[in-house]
Amino acid sequence: MRREAPQKFADYGPLFFPAAMLTVFFVIPFATMIAVSFFKRDPAGFYSTAFVFDNYARFLSLFFGKVLGFSLFLAIAVAICCVLIAVPFTYLLSRAPRRTQVVWLVALLSVLSLSEVIIGFAWSTLFSRTAGITNLFVSIGLMSEAVALNPSFGAVLTAMVYQALPYTVLVLYPALVRLDPTLTEAARTLGASPLKSFFTVVIPALRNTIVATLIMVFIFALGSYLLPQILGRPQHWTLSVLITDQAIYQSNMPFAAAMAVFLVLVTLGLVGLTVYAGRKGEAA
Amino acid sequence: MSGLALQNVTKEFGSFTAVKNVDLAVPHGTFVCLLGPSGCGKTTLMRMIAGLDLPTGGAIRLDGADITRVPTHKRDLGMVFQSLALFPHLTVGENIAYSLRIRGVAKEDQVKRVNELLAMIHLSGYADRPVSKLSGGQRQRVAIARALAISPKLFLLDEPLSALDAKLREAMQVELRQLQQRLGITTIVVTHDQREAMTMADTVVVMNSGEIRQAAPPVEIYRRPADTFVADFIGMTNLIDFAAEGAGRASVLGTSVEGLAIPEGLGQGVLSVRPEDVHLTAPGHGAITGKVTFVRDLGGTIETFLEAGGKQVVAVSMPNARPDVSVGQEVGIRLSPDACVVLKS
Amino acid sequence: MSTFLPRLYLGLVGLFLSLPLIVVAGVSVNEKQTLAFPPQGFSLAWYGQIFTNSEWRNALLASVTLATVSAALALLIALPLTWFLWRRHAPWANIFQLLGIAPFTLPPVITALGMLTFWATTGFYGQPWTAAISHAIFFVTLPLVTLSLGFSSIDRSLVEAAATMGADDRTVFRTIVLPLILPYLVSGYAFAFVLSLNEYIVAYMTVGFTMETLPIKIFNALRYGYTPTMASVTILFVALAAVIFSLVARFGDLPKLLGAMANSEK
Repeated sequence: MRREAPQKFADYGPLFFPAAMLTVFFVIPFATMIAVSFFKRDPAGFYSTAFVFDNYARFLSLFFGKVLGFSLFLAIAVAICCVLIAVPFTYLLSRAPRRTQVVWLVALLSVLSLSEVIIGFAWSTLFSRTAGITNLFVSIGLMSEAVALNPSFGAVLTAMVYQALPYTVLVLYPALVRLDPTLTEAARTLGASPLKSFFTVVIPALRNTIVATLIMVFIFALGSYLLPQILGRPQHWTLSVLITDQAIYQSNMPFAAAMAVFLVLVTLGLVGLTVYAGRKGEAA
Repeated sequence: MSGLALQNVTKEFGSFTAVKNVDLAVPHGTFVCLLGPSGCGKTTLMRMIAGLDLPTGGAIRLDGADITRVPTHKRDLGMVFQSLALFPHLTVGENIAYSLRIRGVAKEDQVKRVNELLAMIHLSGYADRPVSKLSGGQRQRVAIARALAISPKLFLLDEPLSALDAKLREAMQVELRQLQQRLGITTIVVTHDQREAMTMADTVVVMNSGEIRQAAPPVEIYRRPADTFVADFIGMTNLIDFAAEGAGRASVLGTSVEGLAIPEGLGQGVLSVRPEDVHLTAPGHGAITGKVTFVRDLGGTIETFLEAGGKQVVAVSMPNARPDVSVGQEVGIRLSPDACVVLKS
Repeated sequence: MSTFLPRLYLGLVGLFLSLPLIVVAGVSVNEKQTLAFPPQGFSLAWYGQIFTNSEWRNALLASVTLATVSAALALLIALPLTWFLWRRHAPWANIFQLLGIAPFTLPPVITALGMLTFWATTGFYGQPWTAAISHAIFFVTLPLVTLSLGFSSIDRSLVEAAATMGADDRTVFRTIVLPLILPYLVSGYAFAFVLSLNEYIVAYMTVGFTMETLPIKIFNALRYGYTPTMASVTILFVALAAVIFSLVARFGDLPKLLGAMANSEK
């Protein structure tokens, strides 16, 4: 079958419904959000129509700067932790027998699909004083008394790594599965140990993939909005939390929209960077 | 006229012309092979006959009716694809019955026809097997049976045997030809394998760069090639330059040769001489002088490679006429004049 | 030695991934309404609670309904779009593919806020069906990706073969394309269904004040303290996801769906 350009009007038929749905319910909402970001807050309703830059001007405050700085820092920390754990893991997974791979993939997908609420709840239980991990340490004599490990930065970071790890593995998986196994075999015949061949052959061959994955996990982590609330203190709140907070609890939709637009720009910039890294990877 | 007729058929992809002004008549019941190197346009030509590609110029007629713009599914064809294209989600029987099913043929008639076809391809009892469980040769037969289910007006095969190993391929060629003769169906096969074409076809159509170079019965293609491309593409040949000296005489490899059928006014050209028509003798006595460079004994035939007048010439002999030569030896070369085909250079 | 270290490493990651779930599973079978681990006593009453307590049951019902409808809607958007892109040569139409993937790539809070402003502006804010549409758009990426993969794995000569045997475009779609794309259709639906079931923020921002889905219910309950039903619901959801993905793996090619193609299309 040669793919032909649509000839008749009817040939476009299949496109109508998807195009209409995506335009009406994604493009227009997105445009609405951008418009609202220039509107004024209306304490009685959602907003009142206007054209002001006030919402963007508020970015310049120290508070906002701190939140933005912390959000970026947290997302970077999560991305680095995830990639450090996931690269060797995915490499080993991709070399495992097919059945083992399938079992792991099912497990990873199940964890990945878990609601942030559930992940937050599970970790808050694990970090709690009464049912937490410290009870285990007490029983084997490592600690004298069970303590609560949250709220804390460590708790937020751990839970976010937990949330993003399956995603990281699944992003890395295609590239690692397709990696030519004879590469490491060649390195082995040249005298490299398995560990050495991993670091001297696999990692360099995947450099661009790893960079792209770091950025994608960074974006993924940037979207986390419940874990900082459940497991952290207010100073651990991220931009995503702040957007939700402004939109729902402070009823300041225009400011929330302005922050969201800002977040989109950051994300798009990073996606562009990922595509660029990917292109360079293909060329190399 | 009964049969298929291509009139001035042309296909352009952008600035590239895949098929150029092709005229061809395929009388009802004949077996035609489209033969040529890859990229010569033979597959594109077949796709246009099938309606899978539309020509950018010219017309295609079937039994007198213009079918140039008739969509594929209304042409009543049977086609075997290079990949075979057996439907993986259907069984052998369902694959064969597909064209009957979508035409609304009654269930019991479908079963009857499927059983007939399975018997024809020696696969009776295979109807309920999944196609993935078949061997390469069996898949091949199923694809053929599927294409013949509706007794099509035209039977098209695109490199149908290319996936089979050499032995099976040869056997299938014979089987396909016998089947076609029994059914008397107009058949067109695309192939790049000249042995395949010679085995099966009534008419071999040699194509190159989108054009038909010669359309003729196999032996004529071999014996009387129309140009140097056909001579070189079909079998092994020696292409030797000559300069006419008048009255059937010409200077060939530095020696004067007589009895050539050189047309009036042709000053110089090329002789195509099959290696079996090159004879080795003692040097001198008007023979072309050559020097043996290599001898290849293939058991069934012996190929002697010679250097004469700065060119390479190959002679083939049967074991019972083994030439008594060794590398480095100087020998005489004689060409049978009536076996020399005179071509324009 | 050479297999011990890798296994240890895989095991440690496995432990990290399962530890919170083990603790929650333990907590969920406590006999009394206490948050204790190891569990004190054993009771499956909290699993019964999901179905007997009307609040939890309604939340579960709302979530399942939302997931069923939105995943179906996502398929209805993705199938014709991917079919068109596979069947026709129309590079400009890829923009819709991009639009379908964008909501999933951006931080979810952005899609959620976009939906909130849109439904608030159009005056439908809080209607249950707005959540279904929002989820369908948010998760359309998943069937889009699985179906694109599915179409790219269909040998185009199958379609040509069907045409030479007398099938028109509709018949080809019904008898060849649809049966071959079915596994991808099912897995696309499964992915969208499971993720919709678990989704919090888009649901919360669109219908959070009028309807409680299970994730919303858990979060609301979490703010007022602890009830063991949260733990049993969590385990139920993990089990459900595991069962659905196992079925996808059983009837489809999971490694291939996740991008491990034997012969890369690129």
